[in-house]
Amino acid sequence: MKKKRVIPVLLHKEGWLVQSKNFSEYKRLGNAQKAVQRLSEWDSDELIYLDISKTESYTTHRSDTAAPEYDDLSDLLREVSKVARMPITIGGGIKTLYDIEVRLRAGADKISLNRAAIADPSLISSASREFGRQCIVVSIDYDEYGTERHLRVNNKNGTIGNPRSTLDWLLKVEELGAGEILLNSASRDGMKSGYDISFLAKVSEALNIPVIACGGAGKWEHLAEVLTETNVDAVAAANIFHFQDQSVYLARRYLASKGLPVRPPSIQTKKRIN
Amino acid sequence: MDYGSGNVASVKNSFDRLGVENFVSNEVLDILKASHLVLPGVGAFKASMEKIEKKLPIDVLRAQVLLGKPLLGICVGMQVFAESGFEFEIHPGLNLIPGSEVIELPTKVPKPHVGWDSIEIQKSHPILNNIDNGADFYFVHSYFVSKIEDSSLIASCDYGVKFPAVLANNNLIGVQFHPEKSQNNGDTLLQNFVELIA
Repeated sequence: MKKKRVIPVLLHKEGWLVQSKNFSEYKRLGNAQKAVQRLSEWDSDELIYLDISKTESYTTHRSDTAAPEYDDLSDLLREVSKVARMPITIGGGIKTLYDIEVRLRAGADKISLNRAAIADPSLISSASREFGRQCIVVSIDYDEYGTERHLRVNNKNGTIGNPRSTLDWLLKVEELGAGEILLNSASRDGMKSGYDISFLAKVSEALNIPVIACGGAGKWEHLAEVLTETNVDAVAAANIFHFQDQSVYLARRYLASKGLPVRPPSIQTKKRIN
Repeated sequence: MDYGSGNVASVKNSFDRLGVENFVSNEVLDILKASHLVLPGVGAFKASMEKIEKKLPIDVLRAQVLLGKPLLGICVGMQVFAESGFEFEIHPGLNLIPGSEVIELPTKVPKPHVGWDSIEIQKSHPILNNIDNGADFYFVHSYFVSKIEDSSLIASCDYGVKFPAVLANNNLIGVQFHPEKSQNNGDTLLQNFVELIA
């Protein structure tokens, strides 16, 4: 039987892993490779790695952290994929088919399109045709206004409000050939108040492609709530997985105890890199 | 074997972690020299076949398979063993398994089939040594290989339809899932593969 996936999200900003709140406040968490190694040891189902850097710098310019430095995103991907025994979806800064190819070659299994797909929706279909729709994830951020869900369009200088309906865009994205949707409520980003259940239920009924729910996880019960009350295929979260040892293991153990169809929790006890 | 597509790096990383000597190449001499061959894959059937035709010495590969060298096809790397594929449009495959076709999963299930799913072992085979019936592997695909001989079906997976998860035809091994992304179960399978004797 196919299992529901539990997916940690790592946010990367100019050489650092960061924690995000409301898409506007960022706190530095540490080194990418160590975090990926930990998630791999906890037999994470998958990993979503989003690069939200505003510059092309992948070095922390710090010599006192003893952390590896990276020349560019490919270099970083090559290094983290060495320690990742699970699929990696990489997002951020992808504008062309070449950008996709570079990331897949460096070790990504799937790529996530966001802003570029909004600017040029045909990128979704050409990418799907070239690489297979299964490796094209479209990441969609939205804001909640009462019962409305407005698509959020991020641009280089910050964000601009856009009153387009998120559901309309979701249906369009599916039609264009996306393989999966990463659906993220920006309003719930870092709020720990639970997922946007009613909208996720609606979307997961309306779409035939898998939906990954993101935004709002504050406790394991929130993950269970999504998997119980909606038809989403996967539940993703960032912050909740970064501050507790063996978090991914504990999450799956909790969900399994509630009778939810997740992969049995397991853990590796290999020596860590330093 | 490197044909410009595929998750070559991930497969290489897995063999490196297992301590298996390996190299990535599309050169004739390397293909002749290797004890085992791996055809990785991520992508659409036609795009992958076009790259394979352009980058790999197919006749040499075919001859090596006939001579009994073990070949592991992963995901699309397995699908191209088929006679023809029907993703986007019909396109011929390598035809290493004559009569087989690559067709789409049924419309009643969400596609792609992505994530961890269990396999049902149909037949004992050394490629599944130390792997339990019902073991989870990581899948990501919308198409599958159909019309293979029952004798080649080693393990199946059920997702709207029962499809081959593992097939074996003499020295030809194909897996629809990604062993390089399937943690312990995947590592065990890759180890089993390198222990197959030509």
